[in-house]
Amino acid sequence: MNAMQKTLLLGDEAIAQGALDAGISGIYAYPGTPSTEITEFVQNSKYAKENHIHSSWSANEKTAMETALGMSYAGKRAMVCMKHVGLNVAADPFINSAITGANGGLIVVSADDPSMHSSQNEQDSRVYGKFAMVPILEPSNQQEAYDMVHYGFDLSEKYHIPVLYRITTRMAHSRSGVALKTPRSQNEIRMPDDLRQFVLLPAIAKRRYKNLLKDHSAFMEESAVSPFNHYMDGQDKSKGIIVCGLAYNYLLENFPDRNVPHPVLKIGQYPIPRKMVEKMADECSEILVVEEGYPVIEELLKGYLGRGLKVRGRLDGTLPRDGELNPNLVAVALGLHDTMGLAVPGLMVGRPPSLCSGCPHIDSFYGLSEALQDLTRGRVFSDIGCYTLGALKPYEAINSCVDMGASITMAKGAADAGMVPAVAVIGDSTFTHSGMTGLLDAVNDKSPITVLILDNGTTAMTGGQDSPGTGKIEDICKGLGVEEAHIHIIRPLKKFHAENVRILKEELAYPGVSVIIPRRECIVAIDKRMREKFKNK
Amino acid sequence: MKKDIILAGVGGQGIISIAAIIGYAALEQGMFLKQSEIHGMSQRGGDVMSNLRISHHEIASDLIPFGQADMIISIEPLESLRYLPYLSPDGWVITNTQPFNNIPNYPEIQQVVDEIHKVPHHIALDADAIAKEAGSPKAANIVILGAASPFLGMAYEKLEDAIRFTFGKKGENIVELNLKALKAGRIFADQHI
Ligand SMILES: Cc1ncc(C[n+]2csc(CCOP(=O)(O)OP(=O)(O)O)c2C)c(N)n1
Ligand code: SF4
Repeated sequence: MNAMQKTLLLGDEAIAQGALDAGISGIYAYPGTPSTEITEFVQNSKYAKENHIHSSWSANEKTAMETALGMSYAGKRAMVCMKHVGLNVAADPFINSAITGANGGLIVVSADDPSMHSSQNEQDSRVYGKFAMVPILEPSNQQEAYDMVHYGFDLSEKYHIPVLYRITTRMAHSRSGVALKTPRSQNEIRMPDDLRQFVLLPAIAKRRYKNLLKDHSAFMEESAVSPFNHYMDGQDKSKGIIVCGLAYNYLLENFPDRNVPHPVLKIGQYPIPRKMVEKMADECSEILVVEEGYPVIEELLKGYLGRGLKVRGRLDGTLPRDGELNPNLVAVALGLHDTMGLAVPGLMVGRPPSLCSGCPHIDSFYGLSEALQDLTRGRVFSDIGCYTLGALKPYEAINSCVDMGASITMAKGAADAGMVPAVAVIGDSTFTHSGMTGLLDAVNDKSPITVLILDNGTTAMTGGQDSPGTGKIEDICKGLGVEEAHIHIIRPLKKFHAENVRILKEELAYPGVSVIIPRRECIVAIDKRMREKFKNK
Repeated sequence: MKKDIILAGVGGQGIISIAAIIGYAALEQGMFLKQSEIHGMSQRGGDVMSNLRISHHEIASDLIPFGQADMIISIEPLESLRYLPYLSPDGWVITNTQPFNNIPNYPEIQQVVDEIHKVPHHIALDADAIAKEAGSPKAANIVILGAASPFLGMAYEKLEDAIRFTFGKKGENIVELNLKALKAGRIFADQHI
């Protein structure tokens, strides 16, 4: 195939283009690296606009998942996208959607981040897929990423089941040529055949669950004949190799002529194809499992006692237990020659990300730290966003970052324990993602906490997406019952520093819920806005 | 022909445009391409790198193996050293010597340059100064691309075409400035190989 007839796409973009060409009517998502570019691609697509494909951001992953399920209920195709930890937030609707089933095709994309390039953990979404008992697809290159979306929607509609689509950082953010298919038109609105299917009352849920269990054997049969599961023969049966995702490319990289001497089972669709695994177990003395993420397949094959098959991989140290794979690690696992360039000179230092100079969060942190300076340190609960960098030098202004929304609720818990005042620092987008409900808890208990909602008018950390609460933050707080006298909007600028410190100190002394909203636009967002304005002139 | 290239720099220095220009030129010649980059942090000033692989044959891995890169192209001197473990024994380092100093513990620049000179095959140039001299002060990244051009395994004109394509929308003037920057980098390299 000629490389020139292909469109150069990031893995994320290939998925988005696949979704457009497979006839989605909506894509629902909350930003999160490395999944963000999927939705952004649809948002920037002329085709999507012309065909009225819904693509605006959701407030969080749970609302995204549920909205997509609603679109599927109405018979249309929908895609949901999130980073792996987003699936924790969306877990309730996700797991239950396997019980309700889908009507229009429904694909849930979850982007894992092994090595934690920009995440709190490296959880493996395939575990969720198994938990929900839905089919899982996992591409190994950009072309598959595109093709699998078409295939996934068909599979979803054939069995009326949501399909989990798992990718990892390198898949998401690597670019290559993709050959495109002719676009398929969108589905017409069509009610579910059974109007009680989505009513998960116990009596119905029991019936639906039995149905899911029955379909599980059908999913196994689909895996056996899937175009994405391949058994490739090899002469040297001393070892068989099971490989999935990008690890397949790392395997091939080690054989310049692309001829792997061992039998290779490449898995792109789960549940894993049982007969093919049996064949490998029968003909090979041992099996090496090369998978990005958790040892999901390896553990399954090995069993708890590990007394059956001889299985190698991440659990026995053939490959590292954590972190992402690369061609060198695979070479070592295969017993091949490893290569290494020059050593990094001793003078090397890190260049970690830091708040941009001129960032509004800097002034907020300096104000807060000064207001707190007479109190014992360690009382600032924070959250996830650019402002998490306030944990580092020179600010060292925050003491926690756990999951989105946890600042307000953890501050409440600490205040309940007697740590008064307790402070929460949360971004505007994180606040509407999952800070609002915790604030209601605090209001109802009249907890002595001071909440700073850093309103920079954007979801900055992930590249400056719209923030769902822009222009509404103080009204939301009022609506949740925060007393108006204890809601302050301040300007995080040097010239207002003294006044800001005074307001902060007053509110820290107030034995109830106060909300302070430092409001100033992110300077990168201003830049972007100006450039776009200039461009449109 | 196959070239494995590590592109390095600091966020905002323009390694993505270099990748796009080389990538365009490669595709125009019917080559295969894989390019992997780490996106994510939107703040300015962190280190950034990208793996760019171009080949007449299909490419397997998205990542370049350690010890196998044909070159490291860097717009910042310290960053050129960060990725040395990727360089193959006969690979080239093509780097700017003008530091981007946004960290409190940036090493003595002379020591950094000394380390670059220890790499067997290298081209080290003050791309910022050369860009300014060429009348295109914002095109230090393109000067570096020019300095890397003898090693890319493609005709110089292909890169010129790619620049015309990439900057075409911004007007003839911008195209000319970048072509000049490319040439200035190329001349430096030709004198120092
Ligand atoms: C559940 C979950 N979803 C998404 C993310 C990715 N993420 C991290 S921070 C952030 C947005 C932060 O925006 P905001 O709170 O407005 O702070 P800013 O970065 O603008 O300072 C997002 C989307 C995540 N870490 N966890
Ligand atoms: S991107 Fe915006 S919010 Fe983030 S550090 Fe820079 S200025 Fe601050």
